[in-house]
Amino acid sequence: MKKNAYLGLFVVILILAVLPKFLPNNFYLDLAIRMCINAVIVLGLNLLIGFAGQISLGHAGFIGIGAYASAILPTHFGWHPVLAMAAAALLTAFIAAIVAKPIFKLKGHYLAMATLGLGIIINIIVRNEASLTGGPDGMPVPALSIGQFEFDSEKQWYWLFAVLLVFSTWASLNLIDSPFGRALRALHGSEIAAQVAGVNIIRYKVSIFVISAVFASIMGSLTAHYVGFVTPNIADFFHSIELVTMVVIGGMASIYGSLLGAVLLTALPQALSSFEGWETVIFGCVLMGCMIFMPRGLVPTLANRFNKGA
Amino acid sequence: MLAQFLQFLFSGLTVGATYALAALGFTLIYNASHVINFAQGEFIMLGGMLSVYFTTLGLPLPVALALATLIPALVGVTLEKIAIEPVKGAETVTLIIITIGASLVIRGLVQIWLGKGTFSLAPFSGDTPIHISGATLMPQSIWVMGITLCIVALLWYFFNCTRHGKAMLATSFNPVAAQLVGINTSSVLFISFAMSAGLGAIGGILITPITLTSYDVGIMLGLKGFVAAVVGGLGNGLGAVVGGLMVGIFEAMGAGYISSAYKDAIPFVLIFPTLFFMPRGLFGGKSTDRV
Repeated sequence: MKKNAYLGLFVVILILAVLPKFLPNNFYLDLAIRMCINAVIVLGLNLLIGFAGQISLGHAGFIGIGAYASAILPTHFGWHPVLAMAAAALLTAFIAAIVAKPIFKLKGHYLAMATLGLGIIINIIVRNEASLTGGPDGMPVPALSIGQFEFDSEKQWYWLFAVLLVFSTWASLNLIDSPFGRALRALHGSEIAAQVAGVNIIRYKVSIFVISAVFASIMGSLTAHYVGFVTPNIADFFHSIELVTMVVIGGMASIYGSLLGAVLLTALPQALSSFEGWETVIFGCVLMGCMIFMPRGLVPTLANRFNKGA
Repeated sequence: MLAQFLQFLFSGLTVGATYALAALGFTLIYNASHVINFAQGEFIMLGGMLSVYFTTLGLPLPVALALATLIPALVGVTLEKIAIEPVKGAETVTLIIITIGASLVIRGLVQIWLGKGTFSLAPFSGDTPIHISGATLMPQSIWVMGITLCIVALLWYFFNCTRHGKAMLATSFNPVAAQLVGINTSSVLFISFAMSAGLGAIGGILITPITLTSYDVGIMLGLKGFVAAVVGGLGNGLGAVVGGLMVGIFEAMGAGYISSAYKDAIPFVLIFPTLFFMPRGLFGGKSTDRV
């Protein structure tokens, strides 16, 4: 099992390394970059959904905190972009911890409700505080530079996000095999059994939620620098839903499922853009179809079939 | 001072009645299946849009409104048959994604069929306002509150005094035991979806003369209905009604006294005190865990 997992990581590295050679133009490079960005966020979210058994319907709110901090702090207050990114990550961790602590004392899908509220509130704030955020029109984001080096070509961004993706895949694989990960999996199996075995369930759940929120915030900051512009849509409720959908379609608690889900659902709207007007309907049908016929998600279902056939 | 307060109260109660109907819809389906139906808002939208469509076709108002209630109910039943029943027992997240997929399909189809425009519906009985100690009350608001009250009374009668209603309650408490005493539990799920979609649609029809409608109003209305259900105690009928009215009143007061720009944020702020201090909502019962 463990060998297989690292074999997968090797395949991911290989694909990421040769991919730019096969991409005909910057449009596809941009698509690949957005797939990597979503994949990193979805990896974090899947730790929460798949291993802690909790849904977040407001992850786009955390992405929004990161993105807007990276836009506002350097533009209006002259902060260094890296400092702004770190401040956003800290703020996100703080908010996530404050919200999660009382909620994880309860059983049930209360986190879904709280994050739903949080995400929508963040989005409304961003839309309304036009003097800081530019309101619904959004605002430009200064370039990201570290020392003398400035990220200014799509290729550089691609390599940055590819390295981040490999690193987070590797980190996630290690995490679920660590004592922390075993505790998380025990939680998903039976909370009471885990508690009896000495797992401090609240602490674990809060940590995993905070980690996934911080993943989202940092990726939000980087996305904002990459695109060079940020609008409230990044913190939209629909964006949160898209992320949860990527987790579930790929397969809950499956690391490679997260990658596949992110790749497929980032590509899908592009593939559907030729069906003028029908994109939403087809997107909805695909979601429903996947869930009805493969309720456990693509990777677990296919892996199961493959194992049975072999 | 009093006039202003009354004015906000009236508008809060009016919009709150719609949230109450939506919250009742969430409650019915949640009780029958533990599914949180994120397509609920689309039934509200369908009610409004269809009533506009049928009245502009020239149908008499009662016929148009009946059709605008029945068609969403049919849509709800279809959703249950093709998408919820086949995956019974799947994880909650899976079911949530299915209902989100359904909401996208419904919204997309309406957008293609009726366009992206904003539509209005004439008030049911004119628009001469009634003056009550300085505040004005539109006749349509009385329709909204009156019909909501009738529906709540009917639902109360249905669940407390009829065999079908009691069977549905029994199923929500313990589906296996209900099945053992001969209740057809899958028809319960079916009826719940029909009723819930119909309720949402009625809310959507009633509010359209006041707030206008378009293909995308369902998301916000549905989410606020969900907040109302949570505030009242998810799964509790009375809670849904009280929660709906509360959310409506808080929203109107907040918009009036604090900031109208943050009107839409207020219901979602209410989630936090509810979850922190009374997580089962105003009327939710206690639940215990079993190993």
